Amino acid sequence: MTARAVEKLPVALAAPRALLWREAVRRFRRHRLAMIGATVLLVLVGAVVAGPLAWRLPVNEIDFTQKLKGPTWGHPLGTDDLGQDLLARVLYGGRISLAVGVAAMLIAISIGTAIGAASGYVGGAVDHTLMRITDLFLSLPQLPLLLLIVYLFRDALRKALGPEGGVFVLVVAVIGGLRWMPVARLVRAQFLSLREKEFVEAARSLGAPPLRQVVRHILPNSMGPVIVAGSLDVAAAIIAESTLSFLGLGFPPDIPTWGRLLFDAKDNLDFAPHWAIFPGTAIFLTVLSINYIGDGLRDALDPRRVLSR
Amino acid sequence: MPALLGISVVLFTVLALAPGDPFEELATNPNVPPEVRQNLRAKFGLDDPLPVRYARWFTSMLRGDWGFSFVSRVDVNTLILQRLPVTLVVLGSAQLLAIMIAVPIGTYSALRPYSLFDQLATTLAFIGFSLPTFFTGLLFILLFSIYLDWLPFIFRADIGAIGWRWYWEHLRQSIMPVAVLGLFQAAAMTRFMRAAVLDVIRLDYVNTARAKGLPEKTTLVKHVVRNALIPVVTLVALQIPNIFGGAIVTEQIFRVPGIGSLLISSILANDTPVVMAVTFVYSVLVVVSNLVADLLYGWLDPRISYR
Repeated sequence: MTARAVEKLPVALAAPRALLWREAVRRFRRHRLAMIGATVLLVLVGAVVAGPLAWRLPVNEIDFTQKLKGPTWGHPLGTDDLGQDLLARVLYGGRISLAVGVAAMLIAISIGTAIGAASGYVGGAVDHTLMRITDLFLSLPQLPLLLLIVYLFRDALRKALGPEGGVFVLVVAVIGGLRWMPVARLVRAQFLSLREKEFVEAARSLGAPPLRQVVRHILPNSMGPVIVAGSLDVAAAIIAESTLSFLGLGFPPDIPTWGRLLFDAKDNLDFAPHWAIFPGTAIFLTVLSINYIGDGLRDALDPRRVLSR
Repeated sequence: MPALLGISVVLFTVLALAPGDPFEELATNPNVPPEVRQNLRAKFGLDDPLPVRYARWFTSMLRGDWGFSFVSRVDVNTLILQRLPVTLVVLGSAQLLAIMIAVPIGTYSALRPYSLFDQLATTLAFIGFSLPTFFTGLLFILLFSIYLDWLPFIFRADIGAIGWRWYWEHLRQSIMPVAVLGLFQAAAMTRFMRAAVLDVIRLDYVNTARAKGLPEKTTLVKHVVRNALIPVVTLVALQIPNIFGGAIVTEQIFRVPGIGSLLISSILANDTPVVMAVTFVYSVLVVVSNLVADLLYGWLDPRISYR
């Protein structure tokens, strides 16, 4: 009979945990705008994932007889200056934009959680140093630095991983690597208060090693704010990627991400406004619905915030 | 100051880690023989150990000795000094516009939470900060320049008029960039302001102020808004690095000749000294605006003292 075995008794724990989650789901469903946001986002993700299978027009078929046409039955979102079908391009580009958003969010959350956990659990000099580094990163001029890094490392990565993979890795790593600071602060704050709580003390007195205390007891209880921050990070990362592409420094021209489509469209605004409006609306709807979902998640997972409202 | 030191270390590390050579431009130029390149490397100390290079780079950055542009063959600091005022004017007026929109609307929303006005304002604010600046910029051009034809969509530095007309033309062409940037800022700020006023308005001293018979306006301005602004300043100061991002995009859309469009054009032209210098200038601007935020705290809350 070891401490491990006693601690592993999950029978009594299982019921309240399921209840907690059901309660969170119930609160989320009550947030009407968050539900609308979730529906819109689901439709968008579904369209982007399944759309290219249903809409079989190729992304890059050039047809000059059809160039710069407004929306028609053959091309529901119109065509661009090379006569390429915009619906196919928007659907294909959405895959990349959403993938960049999710991947960058995962990176930001992983780094942030690791740094916040180390800082909050160990404390002392480690905490001090890590928090100074976090402050430093928070005061970096984000976009200029992003542009600088893309500028300096673009060619090397392109050579190493091919034009698409290289840019994807670079953009995701840099956006994720510059967005972890709020998560680190949140996790640290959670750890500081949770590590003094009775249930963690109980685990400690049963002989749970530090790693187990962190992974099994503290971390799951500090995930609420992280999930909220993570959902908002997806939106921020999508905007960051579109900004890079819009400035002509993101993905190469043959990969039509939403930002890249806007970049190509901006010089033809006066005679082909549809070219800019559709991808722009796609970005806007995605970001808006993610932000509303984040708002709903905050109400669902962070009950204190609701009380203070 | 330590912040600036830290940022400069990060910038230098990025530069030092980057593959390639700052003299690549010269290396690919067939008119420059390899010996000259070797001499240049020795002269600029590119083969020295990293800390030495960092110390030299940072001191020369501080002295304003930023080298010269590969492309336009001009000193980088003259190039930046030409462009910086435009950026500062656009950023400053956008910030002013944001404050003028956000403070009254945020306060009024919080005074009547969940009223029609509040719901409208919160929804608009949500939409406002979900609309990226590059898309709002394009929509503004589409609406005001192309359909309505009211405003010019290209910013010109060389307006031929003099006197009042000169000011008028400048005002007209600044409206859209300032509005795009200012509205985006205002959206986030309105939310902060609403939350902050909601926190403050229930506190005892507000009741005290009302109970002792102060006029509602005095209570609001001197007690509620002033105290609500303290957390708002913190949040806005945290956002400053992002504000510069929006400014770069706006300058690029409307072709405002500021340092943001200089950054983009020099990146496209592989003009490393200019890219480094502009990034450094942005870091300095971030540090300076954090300093301004600190001074604002002191003014808003006299209990905070700087010794």
